[in-house]
Amino acid sequence: MTITYLKKAEKTPETETATANSNKLNRRTLVGLLTIVVVLLAWWISTSLTGFISPARFPAPKEVWESLIQISTTGYGNGLLHQHILHSLLLVAMGFAVAIAVGVPLGLLMGYSKKAEALINPAFLVLRPIPPLAWIPLAIVWLGLGDAAKILVIFVAAFVPSVINSYTGVRNIEPAIMEASKMLGIRGWKMVTEVLVPGAFPMIFTGLRLSLQASWTTLVAAELIGALYGLGSILNQGSQDIYPSMILVAMVCVAVCGGLTTALLGKLENIAMPWREVRVAP
Amino acid sequence: MKKLTLIGSLGFLGVWYLAVALQLAPSKFLPMPHEVIARLVNLMQEPFAGYTLWQHMASSLQRFTQGFGLAVLIGVPLGLLMGWFRWLDDIVTPLFDALRFIAPVAWVPFAALWFGTGIGGPMLIIFTGAFPPCLINAYRGARGVDIKYLEAASMLGIGSFKTITEVLFPAAIPSIIAGLRISAGLGWLSLVGAELIVASSGVGYMIVKGQSAIATDIVMAGMLAIGFVGVLIDVAIRRLESYLLKHKTSY
Repeated sequence: MTITYLKKAEKTPETETATANSNKLNRRTLVGLLTIVVVLLAWWISTSLTGFISPARFPAPKEVWESLIQISTTGYGNGLLHQHILHSLLLVAMGFAVAIAVGVPLGLLMGYSKKAEALINPAFLVLRPIPPLAWIPLAIVWLGLGDAAKILVIFVAAFVPSVINSYTGVRNIEPAIMEASKMLGIRGWKMVTEVLVPGAFPMIFTGLRLSLQASWTTLVAAELIGALYGLGSILNQGSQDIYPSMILVAMVCVAVCGGLTTALLGKLENIAMPWREVRVAP
Repeated sequence: MKKLTLIGSLGFLGVWYLAVALQLAPSKFLPMPHEVIARLVNLMQEPFAGYTLWQHMASSLQRFTQGFGLAVLIGVPLGLLMGWFRWLDDIVTPLFDALRFIAPVAWVPFAALWFGTGIGGPMLIIFTGAFPPCLINAYRGARGVDIKYLEAASMLGIGSFKTITEVLFPAAIPSIIAGLRISAGLGWLSLVGAELIVASSGVGYMIVKGQSAIATDIVMAGMLAIGFVGVLIDVAIRRLESYLLKHKTSY
């Protein structure tokens, strides 16, 4: 959710501000690391050392480590850790890819053509407010508990933000640019590649980021409700076995996967828009 | 344009009816639009899964209010304080960054472990969904305050507490409200997720029961109701915004 925009370091002669900034950054990282260390220490003290928090409520660090070893070597819930992760990643990738392949062009079209917007909007207005998680029961009725149902709900989750943001992106292109391109007789495919996509790029990427986040949330929920593989299925299995340390391992994996894929998208954004002054922080 | 909107609406319904008429799916799996509406009206009068739609919605809204309210009550003040006290920002931000990528529904197992099916479980899940935007937007709003107001405040000798309540908070209201809208959306989403898994009442529970009874019309009617109430919540927050901002310009 947090998108920190950092200004590209300006080449100013005032080196003083630069050093002040880097000092500030160092102090921040130092305090940050210290906080994390203190929290980890508090976790260790309250669980392992004093037993203040019962292991049935929240696992001790040692148990979490053992669970991690267990799931990566002997496996848990139908597979090894990397198999679960790959399975989840693959489902997110498929649902997400189909959603943006359909959603972004649709959003661009709706933004560009008032007629298309008027035509498509009624259906979109009905479907848009329905939270993606509410599609899960319908997907299960239609497609069962397999992968197809999960891809469907991920698609629905990722579709809406990519349409809305591409649409807004086109709508926010400066009228002067649109008029100039019309005057120069740009139309068809060239209009898309030369005007609409570059103009709407920042918003498209905002949409992709929201889509990606929604994809992960939906995937976890769908896998929690019923799945053989995947990170959500570990959560579900751990919950049924009352195995708090395994639950925590799965939660951390979900967070790491979500974080890494979002970071990857940020990298792509920086590569795709080399002309931008503002860069997305890693 | 009006004509096209009409054609679009009719087209949407037309495709739906056509799909049923061509028997793309058995009517058990794809009811006709009017059947869904009829079911929706029916659910308001006759109980399904123990309660009528109104009662399910009431218990959902109650859970939502509790989780969302807690998120606002903690998130907004904490965000403002982080915008004012650098040390708090330095401490909370890394923790927050470490936690924010955990999808709200991933808290479900712990919610079940800690609270059973009691009220605390869904509340925790809604809270984890609704909390981040409250915090982030209050923080950004506070950081975005024009420096001259802060200088004026410090020149007038106002203390930290008063600066936060009298300067940072009013200036951050637009940003906070934007955050509340995102937060309510995510909270509502997380509520549905929570009710799908850990609850014995509520609209999410209702559609899960519809799913296990393979009653597609109930599932669809429930989805429509969820979407509609989600829109109502958003409208209510926008109303609040125009009320608060009107207040601001008048003085």
